[in-house]
Amino acid sequence: MLNKSSAGFKFGFQILAIVAALIFTTVVMLLAKAPPLEAFKLIFTGSVGSTGKISDVIVAWIPLLLATSGLLLTFAAGLWNIGIEGQITLGAIFTTWALRLLQDTSLSPTLIILIGFLAGILGGMIWASLTGLLKIYGGVNEIFGGLGLNFVATALTIWLIFGPWKRPGVGSMSGTVPFDNLLWLPQVEGLRMSWWSLGIGLIGIAIVYLILQGTYFGLRLKAVGKNGRAAFVIGIPTGKYMMSAFFICGAFAGLAGATQVLAVYHRLIPAISSGYGFLGLMVAMLINYQALWAAPVALFFAALNIGSIQLPIVLKLDSTLSGVLQGALVLFVLMMDGVRRRLTAKKVK
Amino acid sequence: MDNNTLVGLAGILASAAPVVFAAIGETITERAGITNLSINGLILLTAMAGFATSVTTGSLLLGFLVGALIGAFVSLIVAFSSIALKQSQVAVGFVLALMSRDLSYFLGNPYMGLSGPRVPSLPIPVLADIPVVGVLFFRQDILVYSSYILIAVAYIFVFKTRPGLMLQGIGEQPATAYVRGANVNRLRYIYTIIGGALVGLAGPMYSLSVKVGWKGTITGLDGIGWIALAITIFGGWNPLRAAFGAYLFVLLQWLGLVLQPSLPNIPSQVLQVAPFPLMILTLLLVNLGNSEWVDRTLAGLPEEVRRLIAKVLRAMRTTPPAALGIPFENE
Repeated sequence: MLNKSSAGFKFGFQILAIVAALIFTTVVMLLAKAPPLEAFKLIFTGSVGSTGKISDVIVAWIPLLLATSGLLLTFAAGLWNIGIEGQITLGAIFTTWALRLLQDTSLSPTLIILIGFLAGILGGMIWASLTGLLKIYGGVNEIFGGLGLNFVATALTIWLIFGPWKRPGVGSMSGTVPFDNLLWLPQVEGLRMSWWSLGIGLIGIAIVYLILQGTYFGLRLKAVGKNGRAAFVIGIPTGKYMMSAFFICGAFAGLAGATQVLAVYHRLIPAISSGYGFLGLMVAMLINYQALWAAPVALFFAALNIGSIQLPIVLKLDSTLSGVLQGALVLFVLMMDGVRRRLTAKKVK
Repeated sequence: MDNNTLVGLAGILASAAPVVFAAIGETITERAGITNLSINGLILLTAMAGFATSVTTGSLLLGFLVGALIGAFVSLIVAFSSIALKQSQVAVGFVLALMSRDLSYFLGNPYMGLSGPRVPSLPIPVLADIPVVGVLFFRQDILVYSSYILIAVAYIFVFKTRPGLMLQGIGEQPATAYVRGANVNRLRYIYTIIGGALVGLAGPMYSLSVKVGWKGTITGLDGIGWIALAITIFGGWNPLRAAFGAYLFVLLQWLGLVLQPSLPNIPSQVLQVAPFPLMILTLLLVNLGNSEWVDRTLAGLPEEVRRLIAKVLRAMRTTPPAALGIPFENE
């Protein structure tokens, strides 16, 4: 008989959850009269089938990893930062703003790109601080404050694209006028990925890992998240720690938004956040908030997103299939974790 | 009041019907102590499934039945994960919100843009001929009449009946309710399923009546569920106040459309989201009375001003059921 509290037992349940998610997704495809094997194969070749595809996956990985990194801190403080979508968007808006102001000046392009990144960070922090202030001083649950601010951020983007920043002539859903090549983050020859943004993403998650594992600040943040009242009683200013978590997460989200503008789209588009904020929440839940796993799991999710782009083209299926699979993975991992705990608890009794 | 305005206002009552169902469904669920965060995706999924069912079978009734069943089932997952598996309600609800949305777009793909059946208008004889009131309330379809009934029934049930008091009890003081003989967790299952079924009716109400058809991502329903959740808080977990919130929200959206021509510089997309910042503002107002720093600031003000502000804040303030989101263990 297998020892029920062993790591192997836990691992077995996670495998079971993954199998369940795959079966669920297969059933969904059969319901839609789609060929499951072909679809899975298409997602696979569509994400790792060529150097270009792999580079596209990395392009999607960076903002997702940055979002997940920031969220690990708000989760550590016990906060549900659903407003991260809006924080990414505001980062992108601030970056675009900075670039528009500076593109015709005599400043060097490198300096303008650098200022663009800083502006993005600032934008994300400002937007995150609104949710934080509403939560800490207004008593508005961060889920609802954040959601509302997400919609406001989207409206702001659309207003800018169709209003003050519209293309010559008439504004369009394709976004603002693209920036000059000089203001693009340098890309790898012939590919869409950039070593610079890859570096930013990896340094980002490393910093979060260190904060959570090796600092006094991280330790106290986790205390606030585990039991806010107890933390407050032993003298930790919980409000300040929550606010810091929002600020840092906002900075990461803003950085993700800046990357979307500087390294991916080179302009502001209506859906500039690409849903990476919500996807980051899913990644964080799937890895049970352990920073060590953020990079590989975010990479896998990014690969699913990129791979599914082929679905509508080849099989006339909607590309949201990747979202179904991602959701099923998180749901079944959460549920299987519950089943395992139940079984273990029974044995102790 | 001219006829156009009257028809417009009647339209508000009609468009608010699904929001009323969703907000009251969530109110009942949360009264029992469970937060069902999945309802944004649930409305999309049931709108798609209800429409697809009705298009395929030609039966409107089956469309609504499927919607209610899906709503009940998805909500059961939330309750089961929370009660039996001890997982976070917020996490499971959020995942289901996203997954249901993606499922609706994926499975709804073949039904995009198809023309389908529509719930017919059903003027009530005699009542429909009353000036003003008749146009406003009694020339609607059966769904709108159901929404009036739901408001009344939910209110009476929660506040005036014995099971309703028990429902309040399991959300406020589950331990006491348990001692008095209530099977807390079983009741939580039941009310989550009932609340979910009501939310599940909201989807087909859109796709078979208010905004007929299924148009994928541009159906324009993404976000309604989040609003319904906010309205639940705004409504202070009171069905009557939640219904008021639903009407207020739809009225604001309608005003956005009406004001559009006189504000040509503002794109329509901006006016469509105008209710969202207002929603934050209202949440801020209903929560301010709960904040400690407000009490402290008020203490420094002259007596009369302080009393007035405190009175206003108290009138608006809402407090959630004490055990909302907290698992109950009967040991």
